[in-house]
Amino acid sequence: MSDDVVADVTRGQLAGGVDHHESTLRSRSRGPFDGGPDMIQLLDPEGQRVLHGGAQEYAHHIDALTDEDLRGFYRDLVLIRRFDLEATALQRQGELGLWVSLLGQEASQIGCGRALRPQDHAFPGYREHGIAWCRGLDPMRLIAMYRGVDRCAWDPKEFGFHTYTIVIGNQVLLGTGYAMGVQRDGDVGTGDPDRDTAVIAFMGDGATAQGDVNEGFVFAGVNDSPIVFFCQNNQWAISEPNERQMRSPIYKRADGFGFPGVRVDGNDVLATYAVTKEMLDRARSGQGPSLIEAYTYRMAAHTTSDDPTKYRFSAEVEMWKLRDPIARFKTWLGHEGIADHDFFVAVDAEADELASNVREATVTMGDPEVADIFDNVYVEPHRQVEDDRAVQAAYAASFDDEGVA
Amino acid sequence: MAVQKMTIAKALNAGLRAAMEKDPKVLIQGEDVGKLGGVFRITEHLQKDFGEDRVIDTPLAESGILGTAIGMALRGYRPVVEIQFDGFVYPAFDQIVSQLAKLHSRSRGAIKVPVVVRIPMGGGIGAVEHHSESNEAYFAHTLGLKVVFCSNPTDAYWMIQQAIETDDPVIFYEPKRRYHEKGEIDVDVPPARDLFSANVVRQGTDATVACYGPMVRTCLDAAKVAEEEGSSLEVIDLRSVSPLDIDTLTTSVTKTGRLVVVTEAHSFVGLSAEIAAAVTERCFYSLEAPVIRVTGWNAPYPPSKIEEHFLPDLDRVLDGVDRALAH
Ligand SMILES: Cc1ncc(C[n+]2csc(CCOP(=O)(O)OP(=O)(O)O)c2C)c(N)n1
Ligand SMILES: [Mg+2]
Repeated sequence: MSDDVVADVTRGQLAGGVDHHESTLRSRSRGPFDGGPDMIQLLDPEGQRVLHGGAQEYAHHIDALTDEDLRGFYRDLVLIRRFDLEATALQRQGELGLWVSLLGQEASQIGCGRALRPQDHAFPGYREHGIAWCRGLDPMRLIAMYRGVDRCAWDPKEFGFHTYTIVIGNQVLLGTGYAMGVQRDGDVGTGDPDRDTAVIAFMGDGATAQGDVNEGFVFAGVNDSPIVFFCQNNQWAISEPNERQMRSPIYKRADGFGFPGVRVDGNDVLATYAVTKEMLDRARSGQGPSLIEAYTYRMAAHTTSDDPTKYRFSAEVEMWKLRDPIARFKTWLGHEGIADHDFFVAVDAEADELASNVREATVTMGDPEVADIFDNVYVEPHRQVEDDRAVQAAYAASFDDEGVA
Repeated sequence: MAVQKMTIAKALNAGLRAAMEKDPKVLIQGEDVGKLGGVFRITEHLQKDFGEDRVIDTPLAESGILGTAIGMALRGYRPVVEIQFDGFVYPAFDQIVSQLAKLHSRSRGAIKVPVVVRIPMGGGIGAVEHHSESNEAYFAHTLGLKVVFCSNPTDAYWMIQQAIETDDPVIFYEPKRRYHEKGEIDVDVPPARDLFSANVVRQGTDATVACYGPMVRTCLDAAKVAEEEGSSLEVIDLRSVSPLDIDTLTTSVTKTGRLVVVTEAHSFVGLSAEIAAAVTERCFYSLEAPVIRVTGWNAPYPPSKIEEHFLPDLDRVLDGVDRALAH
């Protein structure tokens, strides 16, 4: 991509030239997308270790990691991207009803997910496949949901990972309430690393407009609840850019709710890990909530149903490609001698194997039983549901009889 | 060139355009309705042609969308808001029920809130959770709101304009799985009926089938098959479920003696129950059989792989008709 194109993008040309009518409203330009001087960054897009935006105070969390931990991050990043690409391909081939890609947001999610401890509890949206991965959820559970075969059929207690939530923002209040429960159980500030518990709730940039999200901030603030609000600012809410959702940076809003807010380079797995670790520790030790804005980019369409060419220029996507989260980390690992060629080759092979396993398991996945419709509607039996279960069964059986006759 | 072939989606787009051309106070707001033209493209090109002041891409907050639409209506505008999917209207429920529905009566008639809330409704598109709901009963149960469904391109074109001209708030349901069904519209011939009248879309003598929205096509298809099998069904597209055109229903049932009500929504405390009760009260002595309901099952909308077993289809409608005719 030429520098001119980048300059055009960063000058905010993308926002202009849409309508023929002069608006009486203020319109804001887009970009420059550099995250600004406050953004915490430990690894720049070229793979150089840096200390941007006050990163100094977080860097010690990286020093505490072993080389094996770091290689593990890389493996996670590559595998989750490969899984995601395979799921997108499966959707294109008609094997899934829908897929919601995390392409470009791998470092935000792996850095964050690896900072969680087993007793912590995460409240995802619908794009948190990397968090699910870190929580040990079988990715096929996600595939089953987007294939239309199942609901969110996992027990959140088993994984410390709540159901996916599609209604924007709902999960933020649930997470806040869960954190209030953790407080009441006395599972904060004991100093026991296996007991002290933090909650993390995920949301997108668009979601920050939603009432539930703001109410979650208020409740967590007044209760000093042990929760981290993790906002992946991928710059877009379907077709609407940040400018249509907000007038001040997301991380700065925390101040108004009475807790700290940090913007981190969401394409830098080290920075995302370090900042999330810091804020989770803070919550576990009883110092209350915080807001992390992971500054990143949605490289794919909003979902497989979306056509982003209708509302954004490819130059913007091209520019973000240069900040790829995996490329920079690989460069750094190689340069530091933490990982070598053989390791990278082995991870790629493992990714291919994962993809082929996912494909196989998807195309051979059975359909649900129709009678499942009536299961789990209530904990206890409900007369009208049970009546319909019987009516549906008799109706279905009437076709069997026809077949026999 | 007055007669045009259009899909329901295009007809809605054309109807919105006509309303905006006619009345400068009409404006549109919702998520992704501007530059993208909505996820179903119902508002496509309207922002380009009418500007950002009249077609507003809102922040992602349904309570905000509704509350500010009401505020703009108080200032003399006629907002048409889009709720992206049926299952996302609930954050706006409070504004709809507490303000939109009640302001006229609360102000003893001083205030009118002519807001139209467009909701793509229903299943059958292979979607994930919250994208396939039939939640009309909540709104029909809320006095102060009018609730209508379009089922074909001609109605889509005219009903959206009539809804916008209505001084009461209107919940305007669009059968999303039918968006791409085509029909001929004569845009020069004014609408045949007012917004709140039912339409007898097929004449018949043996039983009346009452339906609305996405089920109209299903019931018409069923009536064709029934005819081949020797029974004559009268199909009524109710179009409005609040108010309910009870006279058209009772006239038909008095003639046929049988009523089958078909809804995508489940039966328990739903519109089908209201229709059955209202007709039974008025036509008890004409009825040859109990009113039969063919509806979605009393259970949450299932994963899409089995949605076809949840939704009433041609066979289930005919099964219901058979049960009515068995008496
Ligand atoms: C209450 C509600 N309204 C609308 C939608 C439809 N919708 C799904 S995702 C989305 C945009 C979300 O944007 P953002 O919060 O930035 O998250 P991202 O998808 O970019 O990760 C919208 C409007 C929804 N799921 N829930
Ligand atoms: Mg976003």
